[in-house]
Amino acid sequence: MAKTYAFRAIVIVYLGLLVAWPVSLVAKATFANGFDALATALSDPSVVFALKLTVIVAVQAVILNTIFGVGISLLLVRYEFRGKRLLSSLLDLPLSVSPIVVGLALVLVYGGRGDWFGPGLEANGIQIIFATPGIVLATAFVALPLVIREVVPVLTELGTDEEQAAMSLGASPVQTFRRITLPAIKWAVVYGVVLTLARSLGEFGAVKIVSGNFEGKTQTATLLVEQKYQDFQQPTAYATAFLLALVSVACIVVVSFLRPDHSSSKAQSKGLS
Amino acid sequence: MTTTAPPVAAAPEAAATGLPARRRAGRRAAPGSTRLTPTAGVGLGVALIWFSALALLPLIAVLVETSTGGWPVFWSTITNAQTAAALRLTITQALGVTAVNIVMGTLIAWVLVRDRFPGKRALEVLIDIPFALPTIVAGLVLLTLYGPNSPLGVNVANTRAAVFLAFLFVTLPFVVRTVQPVLAELDKSVEEAAASLGASPFTTFRRIILPALTPAIAAGAALSFARGISEYGSLVLLSGNLPMRTEVTSVRILSYLENGDQAAAAAVASVLLVVSLLVIVALDVLQRRVVRRG
Repeated sequence: MAKTYAFRAIVIVYLGLLVAWPVSLVAKATFANGFDALATALSDPSVVFALKLTVIVAVQAVILNTIFGVGISLLLVRYEFRGKRLLSSLLDLPLSVSPIVVGLALVLVYGGRGDWFGPGLEANGIQIIFATPGIVLATAFVALPLVIREVVPVLTELGTDEEQAAMSLGASPVQTFRRITLPAIKWAVVYGVVLTLARSLGEFGAVKIVSGNFEGKTQTATLLVEQKYQDFQQPTAYATAFLLALVSVACIVVVSFLRPDHSSSKAQSKGLS
Repeated sequence: MTTTAPPVAAAPEAAATGLPARRRAGRRAAPGSTRLTPTAGVGLGVALIWFSALALLPLIAVLVETSTGGWPVFWSTITNAQTAAALRLTITQALGVTAVNIVMGTLIAWVLVRDRFPGKRALEVLIDIPFALPTIVAGLVLLTLYGPNSPLGVNVANTRAAVFLAFLFVTLPFVVRTVQPVLAELDKSVEEAAASLGASPFTTFRRIILPALTPAIAAGAALSFARGISEYGSLVLLSGNLPMRTEVTSVRILSYLENGDQAAAAAVASVLLVVSLLVIVALDVLQRRVVRRG
């Protein structure tokens, strides 16, 4: 028993020092002078612009990744095709590739000075790098696997019995998806969307490269935090960081409390028996 | 609302970082999976075009850019004293952090699965925070507690310890979230049998529990290492990016890029990219072992 308490204490202290205490300080620093820091930040046009841009980019990335994620999950689970295992592995690549490499990769292919699509696109008036589309691409890239990781296990557990029953009773594929499949994977999609949103609002490295970091043009909220901190406008940096932290922690709390607590309830019932 | 909830979420708390979920379920020959219909084929084509445009072609472009520079450029870039120092620092710190995560991550997973106490739910949330918190904010909050104005009196800013600390923060969830679901599914009766046959708690852990957890721990360690070597955002404010001392690989790539040397940036990026690919391959192999154990 003594060991149980010792383990518990070690874990609590470790997580306290590494996560809870540091993260709580962002709120403390923001509200050190009441609401002054937040008020100053929110009256700064560059902050307002950065927050707006961040939200616009995140919403677009979430929409793209949700459509792609649900579609590719259905294909991976319901169909057999060559190269499926390779595709499934490659879809996880964004989780382990450095954001800086992501940024460089997009600049090489879509940058006006590159050898790939950039010059052609720019000749037709389509600017991707150093503009909003590039930021959306970078954000969608880094958050790509999140919806897929939530939806695939649920689709697999679901099986196809109900879908086949619906089809045999004359439902069209669209009806079957809308009435049978979608309700069953609804919550997995919701978790995926919330996690994608959290990741999208916070991307920094990849966005720094593809956006060019022009204040009031392509500067997102995370880039602004860096700049304001280095320009000695620390209250504004803390206030913006606080807003970002608030949304990301809220996303985690929402997912953590909505999600059925399967493994630990099972473990608990085993413990009781 | 609750009636329409999915019947099972295969890896419950494995937020986005938890790796086994998809693989474990997805690799099983899914019942009722069929050959592609024409509609599904079109869908797959569209999805592949988007995935290629977004991710595959850009990553291939990095390798192409490196190969057009040729071997001499690649070799002289990565053996450049400053770049080599950055690579060495990044790899040693990531290895050290991964070692800590193997021990602490397994311990945290153990406490979350086997222990029960008020506030455990809050710890679950804390584990996922490093995953969702923007990295620049992570660097800022670590600097607040462990920087020049530290309320603890500990100042690691602009030292190698800062790199270690930042890596430790951003890689926290990986081992915990891969080990947790496997540990939760372990059959306790085997442990009880071992104990009743006279095995000490340590022997039971070493002979019964640890072998079952090893593939999951290895998978978490691989992810943690990959995340560590690729980290950038949390170091910007914290480590000072001092050449030869606290400068990591990502920062090196960025400074090559800012100086307009795309070939050198791509060369260093290729090194990171190859490590990422190796990790993906290792995970694929490990996941199959997790399935077999499960």
